Amino acid sequence: MELLSGAEMVVRALRDEGVKFIYGYPGGALLHIYDAIFTQDDVEHILVRHEQAATHMADAYARATGKAGVALVTSGPGATNAVTGIATAYMDSIPMVVLTGQVMSHLIGEDAFQETDMIGVSRPIVKHSFSVQRPEDIPEIIKKAFHIAESGRPGPVVVDIPKDMTTPTERYEYEYPKSVKMRSYNPISKGHSGQIKKAVDMLLAAKRPVIYAGGGVIMGDASQELIALAKELGCPVTNTLMGLGGFPGTDPQFIGMLGMHGSYEANMAMHHSDMILAVGARFDDRVTNGTDKFCPTAKIVHIDIDPASISKTIKADVPIVGPAQAVLKEMLEQLQAAKSTPSAESLKTWWEQIEEWRGRHGGRYNTNDSELMKPQQVIEMLSKVTNGDAYVCSDVGQHQMFAAQYYKFNKPNRWINSGGLGTMGFGLPAAMGVKLNFPDEEVVCVTGEGSIQMNIQELSTISQYGIPVKVICLNNQSLGMVRQWQDMNYESRHSQSYMKSLPDFVKLVESYGHVGIKVERYEDLEGAMREAFAMKDRMVFMDIAVDPFEHVYPMQVPRGSMRDMWLSKTERT
Amino acid sequence: MRHIISVLMENEPGALSRVVGLFSQRNFNIESLTVAPTEDETLSRLTVTTIGDDRVVEQITKQLNKLIDIVKVVDLTEGDHLERELMMIKMKANNGTVRAEIKRTADIFRGTIIDVTPNTFTVQLVGASSKLDAFIEALGTANIMEVVRSGVSGIARGEKVLSV
Ligand SMILES: Cc1cc2nc3c(=O)[nH]c(=O)nc-3n(C[C@H](O)[C@H](O)[C@H](O)COP(=O)(O)OP(=O)(O)OC[C@H]3O[C@@H](n4cnc5c(N)ncnc54)[C@H](O)[C@@H]3O)c2cc1C
Ligand SMILES: Cc1ncc(C[n+]2csc(CCOP(=O)(O)OP(=O)(O)O)c2C)c(N)n1
Ligand SMILES: [Mg+2]
Repeated sequence: MELLSGAEMVVRALRDEGVKFIYGYPGGALLHIYDAIFTQDDVEHILVRHEQAATHMADAYARATGKAGVALVTSGPGATNAVTGIATAYMDSIPMVVLTGQVMSHLIGEDAFQETDMIGVSRPIVKHSFSVQRPEDIPEIIKKAFHIAESGRPGPVVVDIPKDMTTPTERYEYEYPKSVKMRSYNPISKGHSGQIKKAVDMLLAAKRPVIYAGGGVIMGDASQELIALAKELGCPVTNTLMGLGGFPGTDPQFIGMLGMHGSYEANMAMHHSDMILAVGARFDDRVTNGTDKFCPTAKIVHIDIDPASISKTIKADVPIVGPAQAVLKEMLEQLQAAKSTPSAESLKTWWEQIEEWRGRHGGRYNTNDSELMKPQQVIEMLSKVTNGDAYVCSDVGQHQMFAAQYYKFNKPNRWINSGGLGTMGFGLPAAMGVKLNFPDEEVVCVTGEGSIQMNIQELSTISQYGIPVKVICLNNQSLGMVRQWQDMNYESRHSQSYMKSLPDFVKLVESYGHVGIKVERYEDLEGAMREAFAMKDRMVFMDIAVDPFEHVYPMQVPRGSMRDMWLSKTERT
Repeated sequence: MRHIISVLMENEPGALSRVVGLFSQRNFNIESLTVAPTEDETLSRLTVTTIGDDRVVEQITKQLNKLIDIVKVVDLTEGDHLERELMMIKMKANNGTVRAEIKRTADIFRGTIIDVTPNTFTVQLVGASSKLDAFIEALGTANIMEVVRSGVSGIARGEKVLSV
């Protein structure tokens, strides 16, 4: 058997796990590992400019592929800089392995230079963590880290590696385990057939059914199964913010996103439904609105791989614990084998009602109340120019909601955004992580002038590695989402939501060697956008001036039911 | 309602802090917590008593089960079970009347006097938490100098066992 140092084992284990890229930043505690990286070329290291970006790149790779991304950060400040990225992945159940350097074992607890208790700091935001105690354990720990991160309900795993575990002169037999078994961790592989039968009976009897599908369909690779089931049933489908793309955005059965900024028809359909089939969705407070008023006439079937997601905020009538893919497949089989079909008559009535809602308020915005372009127009143009096929990586704010509402996602894993934590600064590194791994695909970062400045330093990483992402900056010269809340709840007292002294983004990106395009009139938009996308091997930043006064609608009225919404600055349901 | 939750977990560094952290992170209440090794040296047994409605207790057991180091979780209060807690209580006992009173009460509760000085008695008492509470109530708090309670341990009645 081959003898390797701890440092070499770390790198070799990543190779044997099939990892192509790792994203990181060096420091004292990692020097042995960086030396081991230098002497091989199986695993390519991408040097970011801030550790937060490394975690978002790893995270976005995972969102696009379902496989865990890997970040490597040094002890102390390197590790703490990674915390936001770990929390972002945790909230959205994204598989990720974060390797953190640590001071020498004998110094732990002595407030040594760059010592942070990373196991302690990260405890509430990881699925699990390991602290390496013996170098010879490294291969097994790394195997377990990937296994835990990717299976069951996915999540980030931290592996803390004291420097003396990687000493180059101390060598050990290396073998990468093919699989690992843990008596305390056995993710479930299929749903309970009896429960599925109950759900099928309910689906057959339902008069006003809705499928409410979330991020679990994306991460659980169950989009095909979801589409097949929805087609069989002929019922409406709504997606959460995290579930977009799980069902094709242009399909007539798709009624849009639901929740706080969900479509009028999706929120109305949920409220009036008599049966909700929830798949891989966690009844988040941005979806349910007031839980006491949630969908009063609906019976709820809830499919989730994590039993703790079921009946956490809304009680399920039929809980089904299992992977969405396997459960939906069995559900479809049972449905096709059933003697009866859902009543065509009631389904027809239900669709008439939904179409009436859709016709009344669906997808409208006013283009006449401002000289400036509307952000929605920009997203609709983006959707058109990229045929709804681009990887769209978003930052957080109004622009994120407009992207969610107006980009027609036709494929899963292509809408990449921070939903649970809502991390401004996510978009650009996320786009970089995706583009590196999918060089032939169109990868866009939709952002605002606020969010982009939270990880703007990565323009430098983009130059170093030549990562030609396209940035669509909806520049409203304000922290728009904050400003909207101030307009609606604080009589327009815009406390600290106005961004003074914005940089000239065009000059800024040019200084990094990229292309900047400023667009101020709608007439110029399509041409400029096509020009940007034609530059296949250049990073292009489109600084697009949009109406600063625009609000995101619909917006649910706080603590109301799902159907209580503001539809514009003046209309309420 | 009060629940006694028993947990078998890997005897790994950090496992206990994950359990304790979970309770504070998710705003679950801990009334008492005990933890010690078992006959199998790779496992520790932890008992936590908590107060919560059905929804909260369901979340507690589900969230505990999710922790990777945890092998088994059972809510003992769902079935017939035994619970015991140990208390050592030090009291001022500086005159004959008080000493006789403490002795008599300890006897009634089947407590044992385990340490004596001219001015103090230390009584050891084992039983369900409610019995320990009753003992303190019976003696009144005036003479109490120090109370040490172990927290609750529990076990199912009959042939049911919690094991891997
Ligand atoms: C500014 C802003 C506004 C927002 N507005 C909205 C809004 O209007 N509407 C909206 O929907 N969200 C909105 N969000 C996002 C919201 O905060 C939540 O992140 C989101 O609703 C959660 O989506 P989800 O329910 O699909 O769950 P996710 O967080 O995606 O969780 C996935 C669920 O699926 C389960 N799961 C994972 N894998 C599998 C599998 N293989 N099989 C089965 N189950 C699995 C998990 O256990 C979990 O319960 C907003 C966020 C921001 C930042
Ligand atoms: C790191 C972080 N800090 C603060 C917030 C709160 N927040 C949410 S949206 C928003 C404004 C975003 O501004 P911008 O990126 O310009 O987007 P816009 O809403 O204007 O489209 C803020 C401050 C956040 N989500 N993330
Ligand atoms: Mg803005």
